Amino acid sequence: MAFLDYLINGISLGSIYAVIALGYTLVYGIAKMLNFAHGDIIMVGGYAVFTAMVTWGWSTWVAMLFAVVVCTLLGITIEKVAYKPLRKASSLSVLITAIGVSYFLQNLALLIFDEKPKVFTSVVNIPKINLFDGKVVIKGETTAAILVSVVIVVGLSLFINHTQKGRAMLAVSEDKDAAQLMGINVNSTISLTFAIGSGLAAVAGMLLCSSYPTLTNTTGAMPGIKAFVAAVFGGIGSIPGAMIGGILIGVIEILGRAYISPQLADAMVFAVLILVLMIKPTGILGKKINEKV
Amino acid sequence: MKKKLNPQTRKSFITYGLLMIVFIAVEILLSTGSISSMMQGLLVPICVYSILAVSLNLTVGILGELSLGQAGFMCVGAYASAIFSNLVKESITQPMIRFTLAILVGGVVAALFGIIIGIPVLRLRGDYLAIVTLAFGEIIKNVFAALYIGYDSAGLHISLKSQGDLGLKPDGKMIINGALGISGTPNDSTFEIAFVILFISVIIIYNFVHSRTGRAVMSIRDNRIAAESVGLNITKYKLITFALTAFLAGVAGTLYSHNFYSLQASKFDYNLSILILVFVVLGGIGNIRGSIIAAAVLTLLPELLRSINNYRMLFYAVILIVMMICTSNETIRSFFIRNFEKLKGLIFKKKSDGAAVKEAE
Repeated sequence: MAFLDYLINGISLGSIYAVIALGYTLVYGIAKMLNFAHGDIIMVGGYAVFTAMVTWGWSTWVAMLFAVVVCTLLGITIEKVAYKPLRKASSLSVLITAIGVSYFLQNLALLIFDEKPKVFTSVVNIPKINLFDGKVVIKGETTAAILVSVVIVVGLSLFINHTQKGRAMLAVSEDKDAAQLMGINVNSTISLTFAIGSGLAAVAGMLLCSSYPTLTNTTGAMPGIKAFVAAVFGGIGSIPGAMIGGILIGVIEILGRAYISPQLADAMVFAVLILVLMIKPTGILGKKINEKV
Repeated sequence: MKKKLNPQTRKSFITYGLLMIVFIAVEILLSTGSISSMMQGLLVPICVYSILAVSLNLTVGILGELSLGQAGFMCVGAYASAIFSNLVKESITQPMIRFTLAILVGGVVAALFGIIIGIPVLRLRGDYLAIVTLAFGEIIKNVFAALYIGYDSAGLHISLKSQGDLGLKPDGKMIINGALGISGTPNDSTFEIAFVILFISVIIIYNFVHSRTGRAVMSIRDNRIAAESVGLNITKYKLITFALTAFLAGVAGTLYSHNFYSLQASKFDYNLSILILVFVVLGGIGNIRGSIIAAAVLTLLPELLRSINNYRMLFYAVILIVMMICTSNETIRSFFIRNFEKLKGLIFKKKSDGAAVKEAE
């Protein structure tokens, strides 16, 4: 039964990675940039809920809504201030700017909330589920993480494929100039993408901190990197790919930690990524792009 | 007739000259005791970061591929050389010979890792290569953090589990103690040695870039398909560059590990790789001199900003963002260039007016 326990924990962690990876995939697909600051938006989301709930004493739902709004606005602001001036610059310059934004957010959080880790109170209020006479217990956080990620994946797929704004996003990711000629406002579409991605990061932050309740200014960094690995793993730019990648990464991490070595779990996650990319260089569900001379 | 140096040679000699001037200046300041002990502690790290930055510039600037695994190669070099130094500490007592050998060990082992990793990885390009090199760097860090090595009369013991798992005899000694890292490495790194190695690295890189191989590598960067069609072996040249980058990173790692009494693998995380990439990009991609300047300035900057203590890293981040926007946004850049030209015009005008202006002042 221990195996089932680990597997469920893995799927739960993986669902959180999947939500983060969705944000990465969306932004990468449309802005063609590695948004290194994405992980830190998770941390901002965590702190926003924490402040609203503990310091200001707001109710859980209002606090969650507050965090999503804060992160969405933050994402739009970051895009406008830091990334928009670099739309035509080399991808390396954009990458360094994203790293700068990441440093900025981490150190701002350090200044405001100091180094001491905050103990996060779970925002999830779902009862435990007992299976096999209590041999396997599914925590409320686990149920919430899985449900939320499934809802988000389905919702996002519907949004992208069936609404006008969503199809505009697809068009911009396909060919920015052609989309502009077709009358799509590229700037507002990119802003919308950052808004959605950052809102998802806030949700991921709450889920992550509910399951792993220590909150510091670097809480988001490693999950951010792993979620990016998940996005690449599943094929960057693909929504179902991000989901599959996220869950696989989560399961590998938890099973590796339990059965092989706690220190080497992260190494295993990265090793699997390398293996996948060696066999299929665009990830599991990635599209093959032919290079033109 | 006077023979004129070609511009590339001139450029490299200017860099050598500048490096020598800086070295002499620092030596004079050191002998007069006008450098604070905190700054003195930064001298070796500045050289180390400079070597890392110039070597990464080979991959990023000359080969045109993004690598985020520099810290991993540095880690390999640091650990390999520290193990070597710890093993021969008693048998080779002459520090110069021991350290020279350690540097070679660190560099060669890192280069081997570079080749092993490079063969599969260099098939990928762009952001995929970046994430895979980052992944390799993290794997190296994690494996070294879980590594236990000790030695006794029966030889070397290696384990990935725990100290007890090694089964050392009572006379045994630990070299690497898992997450606690290496300890007892002889402190052989000095500013002079680090500087000489930086100097040699710069010479190697300039000569590499201007060699036949270097030109081939640059042609691959500029147009891979065209380079392939004229018969260049892409994989070979990519691997050579990657291995040289790894070699120099390993050498830098050796200097780094022999600068501290103890060293943990957790120091070599992806943030370090990113930091070095920041040096390369801010110094100018492909610009060797710029990499060294950026490495030195950005290593000193947090120390210089110490007076605004809590805000210094925030300030650093803002500087980074503003620098990138100012150097990469066309509108802002052309604004700066225009004004710079104007300023230049003003200064030269003043010069041509010559003594009259000076007299008036």
